[in-house]
Amino acid sequence: MKLIVAIIRPDRLNEVLEALYRADVRGLTVSRVLGHGGETDRVETYRGTTVKMDLQEKVRLEIGVSEPFVDVTVKAILGGARTGEVGDGKVFVLDVNQVHRIRTGERDEQAVTPAALAQV
Amino acid sequence: MTRLPLLLALQDAAPSVVPADTAWMLVSTALVLLMTPALAFFYGGLVRSKNSLNTMMMSFAALSVVGIAWALLAYSLAFADGNAWIGGTTNALLAGVGTEAKGTIPHVLFMAYQGTFAIITAALISGAIVERMRFGPYLAFIALWTLLVYAPVAHWVWGGGWLMTRGVLDFAGGTVVHINAGVSALVAALVLGVRKDYGRQAILPHNVPFVLLGAGLLWFGWFGFNGGSALAANELAALAFTNTFLAPMATLLVWVLLDYFRTGRATAVGGATGIVIGLVAITPAAGFISPTSALLLGGLAAFPSYFAIVVRSRTRLDDSLDVFAGHGIGGITGALLTGVFASKAWNAAGNDGLLAGNPGQLGTQALGVASSIIYSALVTFLILKVLALVTALRAAPRAEGVGLDVTQHGEEAYTTGEGSILVMPDASPATVPARALTPQAAAR
Repeated sequence: MKLIVAIIRPDRLNEVLEALYRADVRGLTVSRVLGHGGETDRVETYRGTTVKMDLQEKVRLEIGVSEPFVDVTVKAILGGARTGEVGDGKVFVLDVNQVHRIRTGERDEQAVTPAALAQV
Repeated sequence: MTRLPLLLALQDAAPSVVPADTAWMLVSTALVLLMTPALAFFYGGLVRSKNSLNTMMMSFAALSVVGIAWALLAYSLAFADGNAWIGGTTNALLAGVGTEAKGTIPHVLFMAYQGTFAIITAALISGAIVERMRFGPYLAFIALWTLLVYAPVAHWVWGGGWLMTRGVLDFAGGTVVHINAGVSALVAALVLGVRKDYGRQAILPHNVPFVLLGAGLLWFGWFGFNGGSALAANELAALAFTNTFLAPMATLLVWVLLDYFRTGRATAVGGATGIVIGLVAITPAAGFISPTSALLLGGLAAFPSYFAIVVRSRTRLDDSLDVFAGHGIGGITGALLTGVFASKAWNAAGNDGLLAGNPGQLGTQALGVASSIIYSALVTFLILKVLALVTALRAAPRAEGVGLDVTQHGEEAYTTGEGSILVMPDASPATVPARALTPQAAAR
């Protein structure tokens, strides 16, 4: 099993969630973060004070998946989040030592398999 | 029942400035002007935070663009002597608009008071095209719309035009302001097209307290809108004021009950919307009907608009903030119910309606409604199509995704300032010694 961490544009979040849903990937965590990916700085002006917004708003997704789901998850994120311009974000795939499902105490592969799919 | 004195007879008999009337109209003008910032809060709260400044600026910009267009030409086209269709140019550039009496108030004050109506009417349209229209073309649109749509329709109904001579009753602007803005909003929404996220993801209000604040301030300002439309501090102003006090109460109650019985919850956004619809509906009737009729009218007005909003949100018509369902449908309901409830016992200068035994008034009201619908739809469509030949009306999809606050205005409504770097006007950051970061400074 892996932990997939993706940093994406906020305005692509809906596309990514839709793509993940279609790929049967359930269970994820979303947080709003600030970051910088080398894109052109955005300049804003407040009463004559000009500022360069160095950090842009981004969204971070964290998804724990079992091995068969790693590729489809990454593919869904790439497809949903890509605009082709600098600043689209990154997808990181990390190894995970242990996973526990709090409700049942299930471990590892079982813990990252959605309950609905496990029963099938 | 008391018989109210004839307003028009008073004006004819005393062509001089009356201080009491002037005092009330000075206050009314300020009250109506406040409605436009109030609308900015009402609309601004209903959109997503990334578009909140743009939405509010659409209302605030009308204060400038429409107000100037009004003073330069539109006032003359609406109220100067002309033919049945449009006023003349005798008052263009405010020529001949001095402190002399117009009715019983100074002419300049009359011009300013009517100007505040033109401003709010144009700003109302913006609710249909928020979150996608570019700011520059929007400014051009509201300026042209004021000259080509608002001024002629105001002339028809109030400036001695053909609807006035046919006896259409429109006390404070149900036809001129609300039907006019509502229909134009519908056309603008169709021409601009749907927002890219519309129907694909939930687009929710970002600040419901703003919506309630806006609705409350709109109600406050509306006392000047309806009460001031008597153009005097008299019995008629008191009647219009009281009807403006009562009708939205009934609409608010019925709206909340509809919400409650349909979904099991009384919503705050619904309550705010109900108040505005009640105000819209009482506008044409304010000075022509009894206070008990006003309560009834307010309650009835909730139904068409409520269900219009429910149906609209299931269609591909992205009238984003339901300007047509609110002001168009609400205005039509109010204009027709004016023909039902109007009573000469309450305003002898008005006319009797259906319930007072004059069904013909309902037909006259329908004529006013139909003609303004056709005219404003047609001309709004033409203005937008001609503007679209010159420039793009819509923001690019990318800009729409990022939000119009950043892309159109270079500002954000709710920024923390984290990660922002000050750009020095005359020195680049590199040439400014960063004292605080030197080890010596840190050691102190």
